[in-house]
Amino acid sequence: MQLDVMTDDSIDTSRVNVGPAERWLSVVAGGALAAYGARRRDVPGGLAAAAGAALLYRGTTGYCPISERIGRDSGHGYGHPAFADGGSDTREQLGGARGIHVEDSVTINKPVAEVYRFWRNVENLPQFMNHLQSVSMRENGVSHWVAKGPAGTRVEWDARIINEIENKVIGWQSLEGSTVSTAGSVNFDETPRGTQVRVHLQYNPPAGKLGAAVARLFGEEPSAQIREDLRRFRQLLETGEIPTTAGQASGRGRETGRW
Amino acid sequence: MKAVCWEGTNNIRVEHVPDPEILNPRDAVLRITSTAICGSDLHLYDGFIPTMRRGDILGHEFMGEVVETGRGVTNLKKGDRVVVPFTIACGQCFFCRQQVYSCCDNSNPNAWMQEKMYGYTSSGLFGYSHMMGGYAGGQAEYVRVPFADVGPFKVPDSLTDEQVLFLTDIFPTGYMAAENCDIRKGQTVAVWGCGPVGQFAIRSAFLLGAGRVIAIDTVPERLRMAIEGGAEPLDSMDPDLFEKLKVTTGGIGPDACIDAVGMEAHGAHIDSYYDKVRTAIFLATDRASALRQAIHCCRKGGVVSIPGVYGGFVDKMPMGAAVNKGLTLKMGQTHVHKYLPKLLRHIENGDIDPSFVITHTVAIDEAPHMYETFRAKKDGCIKVVLKPH
Repeated sequence: MQLDVMTDDSIDTSRVNVGPAERWLSVVAGGALAAYGARRRDVPGGLAAAAGAALLYRGTTGYCPISERIGRDSGHGYGHPAFADGGSDTREQLGGARGIHVEDSVTINKPVAEVYRFWRNVENLPQFMNHLQSVSMRENGVSHWVAKGPAGTRVEWDARIINEIENKVIGWQSLEGSTVSTAGSVNFDETPRGTQVRVHLQYNPPAGKLGAAVARLFGEEPSAQIREDLRRFRQLLETGEIPTTAGQASGRGRETGRW
Repeated sequence: MKAVCWEGTNNIRVEHVPDPEILNPRDAVLRITSTAICGSDLHLYDGFIPTMRRGDILGHEFMGEVVETGRGVTNLKKGDRVVVPFTIACGQCFFCRQQVYSCCDNSNPNAWMQEKMYGYTSSGLFGYSHMMGGYAGGQAEYVRVPFADVGPFKVPDSLTDEQVLFLTDIFPTGYMAAENCDIRKGQTVAVWGCGPVGQFAIRSAFLLGAGRVIAIDTVPERLRMAIEGGAEPLDSMDPDLFEKLKVTTGGIGPDACIDAVGMEAHGAHIDSYYDKVRTAIFLATDRASALRQAIHCCRKGGVVSIPGVYGGFVDKMPMGAAVNKGLTLKMGQTHVHKYLPKLLRHIENGDIDPSFVITHTVAIDEAPHMYETFRAKKDGCIKVVLKPH
């Protein structure tokens, strides 16, 4: 994922009315939608591709004509001076140096419908995503997410699925006004080796203590964490369990299973 | 329970440790009736395998009775007598479906360690370092077996422990080494190393149609055992080894060569001294003189098959010989699950009785002493079976 597509100086930043997380998500979801649509080569595919292109435009320029029409602006008020200054540093725009953006993929030897269904039930995610404590469904498609912060703290937010094509893609995003600005998307592709799952996750930590907690959700190496998450996802779906040595006997007594 | 624990290089002790428990739905716990020391355990004893920790329970060749099963295991019941492959396989991943069980994607809880070293992970193994999963081994009174609905194979009561125990590793390992040679009827196979795996490679080569097998070692009782298996002996310390192999094959060379020695080879050639120096100062990790000889001696267009264990990096590989002679190199940890049923039938049919390889049977308390005896090849030691109960 190239983030620097968002730094085009030719863009009139006064027109920016889409927030950093939303822009990022628009690029991801738009790209996925456009790729999906282009591959279908039929009328619904063409529509999907067009919608994807619009999202891509919205993401890369930070300008959304629809938002402007309805008077919505998520592009200001995030407290990122660099962004207001004209967006010269995308890392700043996307949550500063502490922002987390990870991307990885895994191939699972199961039919795409089964893999999609498991992920679509977002309450399943904490079974393999170690940074999550729980995800519970609330009303109107809103889900409540609780993540394990450092030193026993908890970080919570509400999110909703904002993009969904069955057996193809799921995108979600924290609600406007959440303390944590986060978004993610998963693409599912059928391959001869099984279902290829591609994941993007973004966390934009707010300022202050909570921000520090969010920044440390994934520990020192976010990309290594997500790789382990996806490995557990594959293990769980393919074998029904996650292999472990935690609790086994050894000359050191009962093991923790940690190296 | 009692268990044989690795307490550091050259330090193995029998310790009292907690009994194993079911940790996952597809687990089983076995009461071990027989367990063996493998030649590859000596690599641990000698400190050649990284990511060992003090207190690790050793052992990957074991069999016993099922005493407990997890709720996901429906094909086994209490009292079943089973042998357990040393490679742990989930049975459901892409690799297990291709029957390359030792490449199982899902059975290694420490996959990230191997990924750092090898790019991708292999299956978990019992009692063979944390990089290989950190699973407690079976040189103990009891053992926990993960994916027990795939791994353990029931064995008939008509066969003794000694006849079926080696289905867990060395028989399938020798057999896969021979099968990898792609033997056509009447061909000649040369086997470096007449330890237990070499012995099974020799007998398997004949089972697969080899006309001649040449056994290369320098330990008299091992060569004698090879001769009993039908092989022709050659001394591995003979400086004219290449010439002798060439002459005895009519100037052609062996059709296939098996390296059943692995990373701790002792040779008589200059390269083996070079290896000793390089590994001593950590410029290489594995000594590979048997492998180099196998590549050098193999006929053009032949196969070099490597059941011997290598863990890290090999220096001075004769790639020029391998490329210009058009050799095929085949290797890998054994896909035990694939071979086990077929080899059990061979035993039941009386084609082979694997107990021939056993030289010592002792109580588990004797294990530390037997590691030393086995490594020093003292007392005619070729294969040690431990009785935990």
